[in-house]
Amino acid sequence: MNLVEIAGKLRQHIIMMTCAAASGHPGGSLSAADIITALYFHQMKHDPKNPTWPERDRFVMSKGHAAPVLYAALSESGYFPVNYLKTLRQIGSSLQGHIDMQALPGIEMSTGSLGQGLSAANGMALAAKLDKKDYRIYCLLGDGECQEGQVWEAAMTSSHRKLDNLTAIIDNNKHQIDGKVEDIKNIEPLADKWSSFGWEVFACDGHDIKEIIKTFEQAVKVKGKPTVIIANTIKGKGVSFMETRPLDYHGKAPTPEEEKRAMAELCQIKDFEL
Amino acid sequence: MMQATRDAYGKTLLELGKQNPNIVVLDADLSASTKTASFAKAFPERFFDMGVAEQDMIGTAAGLAASGKIAFASTFAVFGSGRAWDQIRMVVAYTRLNVKVVVTHGGITTGEDGASHQANEDIAIMRALPNMTVVVPADAVETGKVIRAAAEFNGPMYVRLSRAMTPVIYKEESCDFKIGRGIVLREGKNVAIIACGIMVGVALEAADKLAAEKITCRVVDLHTIKPIDKELIIKCAEETGAVVTAEEHSIIGGLGGAVAEVLVENAVVPMARVGVRDTFGESGKPEDLLVKYGLTSGEIVTAVKNVLARKK
Repeated sequence: MNLVEIAGKLRQHIIMMTCAAASGHPGGSLSAADIITALYFHQMKHDPKNPTWPERDRFVMSKGHAAPVLYAALSESGYFPVNYLKTLRQIGSSLQGHIDMQALPGIEMSTGSLGQGLSAANGMALAAKLDKKDYRIYCLLGDGECQEGQVWEAAMTSSHRKLDNLTAIIDNNKHQIDGKVEDIKNIEPLADKWSSFGWEVFACDGHDIKEIIKTFEQAVKVKGKPTVIIANTIKGKGVSFMETRPLDYHGKAPTPEEEKRAMAELCQIKDFEL
Repeated sequence: MMQATRDAYGKTLLELGKQNPNIVVLDADLSASTKTASFAKAFPERFFDMGVAEQDMIGTAAGLAASGKIAFASTFAVFGSGRAWDQIRMVVAYTRLNVKVVVTHGGITTGEDGASHQANEDIAIMRALPNMTVVVPADAVETGKVIRAAAEFNGPMYVRLSRAMTPVIYKEESCDFKIGRGIVLREGKNVAIIACGIMVGVALEAADKLAAEKITCRVVDLHTIKPIDKELIIKCAEETGAVVTAEEHSIIGGLGGAVAEVLVENAVVPMARVGVRDTFGESGKPEDLLVKYGLTSGEIVTAVKNVLARKK
């Protein structure tokens, strides 16, 4: 499978998992699918057979509600069997509604209460520097999440400590639960904000995997300061009725009928076995 | 001899820093007050002053701990427990990471800074968290032992220390501190006074006063509020028939609350709680505040007489 096909597969898993669970967050999982694909299937060094490999790159998913896309990527990478995905949100499952590092190998930090992941990512980046290790830390945040004050406390820490081994990615899908981010509490100009906090800012099309990878390559080269990639995305990407009505699918799973329609659209991508 | 528990923290942290290169320390712009400054000076590369950002401090500590470090994070008790409570819940308690939240300026003896800086609720909100161990040492000697134990213990811990100079009640060699095991400091038949923090010394004073009236008190230093020493509490109730708790904290949800929970389910005896009533503090000298807010040996004596009367 090429990366585009993998991203398509992750999207199929997201739809099937959330439909099976009859709850979950498909919209913000679909918007992050290409970013996660670029990270787990190209950019990051990690070993599914040895999740605690000390030299691995770390991924902190601060927007913990996008759990389905991460579970899909971990299972497709080989951390656990793909058929376990259907246990999402079921009692006793390791696939908690929001990611839990104690429950599932491969999860680097528990999240779900928004705004906290970047601080933890900073801690990991500081530890890497202390131990003179060259692994990198990647942290995915939501755009709505940037309304949390702690994000900016952490942003100051990253630049003050010159954490050039850290790259943050904003899944800039422009929607939050209650409406458009610009209507609820505008975060723009977002690039200027990060820049004024001492970060090197990049922007890319968050659904063009080649462009995402190219941007990662540029970010890695930056020395002396942290890097942030504002990945412009579409909430619900890949499923037409979710793209047009993203607010209906932030924290609501597709019905079985909607699942069929969504899968029909997503299965246009070849190499999919039902 | 008088010594502040925060001073013992600073001293012990410095010693531990020499012995264990894996220890890192974070502070939120209060290192001179929390006494982490001596560690900072000796090991600048392992000290992180996070500025006025307690929430970020706890998250960063969690990231360091997730990478194998033993992270001590310090600030005042109000901020360490309240301001960063959700962070402690989310990335320390839930994750079971090796973060020690060691706070100073617990309780009303924080003094002149007033109610905003006097944590009288922190024990209650910390012990409500799953996976959290909560310890309130009685004096400087015990604090040294607690901090050493914290460095050995793998998991989240909240340690509450004081700003004020308080009497040293232990001798180095006779302080047998173990997490979760209360220490019987004095034997007595009529009542058990169970205390933590600076109120342990006050409880001993009260026991002296009561001894003059032929009332003998068992005095217990219940330094670990969670996991609570259930066995010892039940034993105290069964053997003395009455219990008084004493803490420099609200009577709601702290040591008194924790002891009451054990008693009501296991051994119901007359009980009274000495502590701060359901109120905020105010500015003032620590010794004056202790009197005004009812944290004296006299209050403990009154409480003991109250439970003894109910025993009959």
